Amino acid sequence: MKLSEIRKILDARVVVGEDKLDLEIKTAFSADLMSDVLAFARAGCLLITGLSNPQAVRTAYALDIAAICVCRGKTLSAKFIEIARELKIPILVTDYIMFETSGRLFREGMTGCIREVAIEEKSRAQ
Amino acid sequence: MKKSPAPSEVYLEGVFQLRGRDFVDAGLVSSRIKNSLKNKGVPEDTIRKIAVIAFETEINIISYAKEGTISFYLLPDRVVIEAEDSGEGIENIEMALQEGFSTADDSIREMGFGAGMGLPNIRKFSDDFEIVSEPGRGTYLKSSVMLNGNYRAKDDQDDNA
Repeated sequence: MKLSEIRKILDARVVVGEDKLDLEIKTAFSADLMSDVLAFARAGCLLITGLSNPQAVRTAYALDIAAICVCRGKTLSAKFIEIARELKIPILVTDYIMFETSGRLFREGMTGCIREVAIEEKSRAQ
Repeated sequence: MKKSPAPSEVYLEGVFQLRGRDFVDAGLVSSRIKNSLKNKGVPEDTIRKIAVIAFETEINIISYAKEGTISFYLLPDRVVIEAEDSGEGIENIEMALQEGFSTADDSIREMGFGAGMGLPNIRKFSDDFEIVSEPGRGTYLKSSVMLNGNYRAKDDQDDNA
């Protein structure tokens, strides 16, 4: 699914990354807890979060996450936007709550970057 | 408590100073270490593990210590993160290594951390992990991620600087 389609499905605003709307993203991870993102999210996914401080961007950068969609219509600080620009991470903002955001994307064919934690833990142990 | 590697083995190293409760730039050290390792052509999956380890270590120092340092070393066979701080230390390390155990306050939770996943995450992504803490004094942590045998350090690449 292209970032432009994600924007359309979520009625989202593009705050950073107007030039990256052709980016292809197949999977997503939804969480407000960045330690869980660090533990379980995968490179190349879309991060759906209600956390609107710069640590969300730093977390995305650590894991090579493709883009961030901030849900619940959160207002982003200048620092958040500045770091996202610097690290070249596209940022969308949607007014939908996290459940709606995830559900709308899932209905259109996007899947979780992992399905359940038990499987994740087993695959990492190999 | 530090047991740094012999200088002759080190391809690249860096040291970062951190102050407790300085939340504004939390995560910056992780981003900088990541950029440095990218410039040396370290495999992406290794960099991601190191970036997570550095991030959680950084959050721990900022959240719980008065001050501390994070060092990284790129060696022929591994990348090492070494951290030392002065602060309250950890009373019970076994407990702190359990998922969900936390003594975090609201300022830490507002950053998206403080749910008792920090040390478990660091251990999970490490191939080798060591932690020593003296309550009332501080904590020393060393974490290594192994490189596969084919890695050869590259010269810095300007495009990723």
